[in-house]
Amino acid sequence: MTRSAVVPGAAATARPRRSRALGRLVFLAPGLAYLVAFLLIPLALLLSYTVFRRGRFGGVVHEVTGENFTRLLDPLYLDVVLESLKLATIATVIALLVGYPTAYLITRLPSRWKTVALVAIVLPFWTNFLVRIYAWIVLLSGPGLVNGALGAVGLGPFELLYHSGAIVTGLVYSYLPLMVLPLYAAIEKLDPQLREASANLGATPARTFFSVTFPLTLPGVATGCLFVFVPCFGNFIIPELLGGGRSIMVGNLIRDQFLKARDWPFGATLTLALLAVLIVLLLVQAWSSRRA
Amino acid sequence: MRKPRLLYVPFWATYVFLYAPIVVLVVMSFNAGGSPYSFEGFSLKWYGEFAANAEIRRGLVNTLIVAAGTTVLSTVLGTLMAVGLARHSRSRLLDAIGVLPAVLPDLVLGIGLLLFYVWVQLSLGLHSVVLAHTVFGTAFVAAVVRTRLTHADTSLEEASRDLGATPVATFFRITLPQLAPGIAAGALLAFTLSVDEFVIAFFTSAPTEPTLPIVIYSMVRFGVTPEINALATVLLAVSFSVVIAAQRMTRLTESFS
Amino acid sequence: MLQITGVSRRFGDVTALADVSLEIRQGEFFALLGPSGCGKTTLLRILAGFESPDAGTVTLDGADLLGRPPHRRPVNLMFQSYALFPHMTVAKNVAYGLEREKLPRAEIRSRVGEVLEKVGLSAMAGRRPQQLSGGQRQRVALARAIVKRPRLLLLDEPLSALDKKVRAEMQLELKRLQHEVGITFVVVTHDQEEAMSLADRIAVFSAGRVEQVDEPVALYQRPRTPFVAGFVGENNLFGGRACSVGLAADGLGVLPGSSDMPDGTSALLAVRPERVRLAPADAVADAPGVLRGEVADVSFYGGVSHVSVTVPGRQEPVLAAVQGATRTLPGERVALSWAPEDGVLVPQ
Repeated sequence: MTRSAVVPGAAATARPRRSRALGRLVFLAPGLAYLVAFLLIPLALLLSYTVFRRGRFGGVVHEVTGENFTRLLDPLYLDVVLESLKLATIATVIALLVGYPTAYLITRLPSRWKTVALVAIVLPFWTNFLVRIYAWIVLLSGPGLVNGALGAVGLGPFELLYHSGAIVTGLVYSYLPLMVLPLYAAIEKLDPQLREASANLGATPARTFFSVTFPLTLPGVATGCLFVFVPCFGNFIIPELLGGGRSIMVGNLIRDQFLKARDWPFGATLTLALLAVLIVLLLVQAWSSRRA
Repeated sequence: MRKPRLLYVPFWATYVFLYAPIVVLVVMSFNAGGSPYSFEGFSLKWYGEFAANAEIRRGLVNTLIVAAGTTVLSTVLGTLMAVGLARHSRSRLLDAIGVLPAVLPDLVLGIGLLLFYVWVQLSLGLHSVVLAHTVFGTAFVAAVVRTRLTHADTSLEEASRDLGATPVATFFRITLPQLAPGIAAGALLAFTLSVDEFVIAFFTSAPTEPTLPIVIYSMVRFGVTPEINALATVLLAVSFSVVIAAQRMTRLTESFS
Repeated sequence: MLQITGVSRRFGDVTALADVSLEIRQGEFFALLGPSGCGKTTLLRILAGFESPDAGTVTLDGADLLGRPPHRRPVNLMFQSYALFPHMTVAKNVAYGLEREKLPRAEIRSRVGEVLEKVGLSAMAGRRPQQLSGGQRQRVALARAIVKRPRLLLLDEPLSALDKKVRAEMQLELKRLQHEVGITFVVVTHDQEEAMSLADRIAVFSAGRVEQVDEPVALYQRPRTPFVAGFVGENNLFGGRACSVGLAADGLGVLPGSSDMPDGTSALLAVRPERVRLAPADAVADAPGVLRGEVADVSFYGGVSHVSVTVPGRQEPVLAAVQGATRTLPGERVALSWAPEDGVLVPQ
């Protein structure tokens, strides 16, 4: 009796442990191995290039140097980084100013229309990115429709394409859905009774918004801003197609280092700088959502 | 409560802003004239023009090959990883690695992979794009399947074990069927993302085997032609119907569960 | 003080309120009692300004209330979920309403301190709502509402989120506070015991209508509609026609009751279980109004025992409540009777 009571018990504790190890191997190993090989190793490789010298025809010479980092501070490059920060920030702020009221109103629609309004926000995002940018070239170019419309009321024509205003328009257009969705989620999650409680205690609708609604949706604001800022900051297609092909943003600069200048170590260093900015922002966002 | 009427201004402005360029694009694709700026009568000639364009056809075929390969690889790897992360691991580091490809700028991933391919001397071609797209495809499939998994009831799996099913039988007969809608959604997502992806493909493809977005990119760079409008309209129609079908499908599966 | 006249509200096909009229007096503790979905919460939300009625008027001290937006009404609401602002401390939550009145800072501080003292939460002023227990949150919500010194305080199921023990405590506390601050309280509840123990007067709601408005004791002893007779407390209900000595019940003969209804009116006779006298069958002589039957079940509830008796000619068992434990056993033959004044006739 005692033996048979002990033995199955021992088997019962041993089996789950073995099956857990097996489960890890079967389920986790393939995906993780893949991500190590095609994500972590390439990233490590890219970052390791920051300390080497450039090869004469691309590639790297394995001599350790710090010159890539000192070059970052060259106003020529620093200005591009700052300009990228500026354009990405402006685009993010505009997206927030337009996106917040939109998201807010969607939450107040009847649930049937809510789905329709949300799908309509996301729909353009699922269409080819280049096609959407192309649409803006057609709209903004010299003889384009915007100038046509302005001309009809006696204005212009203006040079609408190939400057930073066009870039910001393209950035906002491309990533606005990424702002609206987290904002929508945050506002929708908010207990409507909190707004009612505020009104009940004597707050005007505006006061309720600034004292209750907005502070409580700040994590959504932070997420939305991050979602918009990240792809804006590293973008190189929009500045190239709408901004006139110069190295205006850090994304163009990085691309050019790899494909034109063939200076891989400096390109890698610029990439590291880009990542550093994004990591700081991620930390800020994580902090703000933990505080809420 | 009173509706905030003033808010309707930015609300409608958002939708006009989002759809005006698309409407213009579609209208101009039926233009009989050659100018992308003034409408000179209805015609389908640009549709014929782009359908006859060998470059576009080749890009389309390449894109479909890449997307199919990516979908298969990502769905298998992503589903396994989702189950592994949700049921067999409590590591936050592994969670972070799992979502990294989704948050990493595409430019960084593209360049990193390009350097990696050069380093291991892997030739560039459609296979190298598939391998690259599978990185983010896996992450998105895993994320979608995982949300399904955390909503799923673990007691079903426990009930299955209690009734005498082996872990393998439980996985195939209980876990997997429960996950099926999530896996389908993840696969669809991986496919769509791959079809649309430009930056990573731009760095990891061979110049001789461009995907459709790369073909569009070079066309757009060399100027504006109504042919692109026609192509764009077809792409729009395809993605709109896929998104709406997916929406219908999820609502259908939701109403079943 | 508060005059509600002919208020109606429909949501699509559902009638939430149908021609409701009520008068609530200064300083009163008034309860709106009814099952969920009876319209009582809708009425509360109309008073607070979050809903508007399709018809009817509401005046407070003679002045129209419905035309004012929620934030300009001298009416405060304690939400069922409390709706405490999670990003503000207890003190900030309580001060919020006073800040909206643009009072001087010193006054706000002293009034907040005062009210927190009153609800016994001075030590928690710096905490966030998430760090408080259910009972403490309830006190904060109450403090936040009464600190505004409203003409009228509305309480939406104030005790429903609390567990049983805390609930009893808070019931006493609410009553004490109402006496202290002298504000008119209107409480919405589905819990009749809560309404009975708290309120000076109760309005019983059913399907959007006011069934009866009365003091708790009168409501219990003299229900005026079949719904109230069935909803408030337990009752044995017999259907039949009114007669001079009570009710001519269907299939049971004449049952004793007190009535001022004309003979022959269709009516219900309501008898409280604790008013039903239970005796062994052979100890009571046959007389009009004595029912005989067989004990079907006995349940012991500590203070009282419930004996349910199957009576021939009636589908539902008759319930009798007996003090303490009883020696009656299932299967025993018993006789049931009650005094005429304990049978209440309700028009049907």
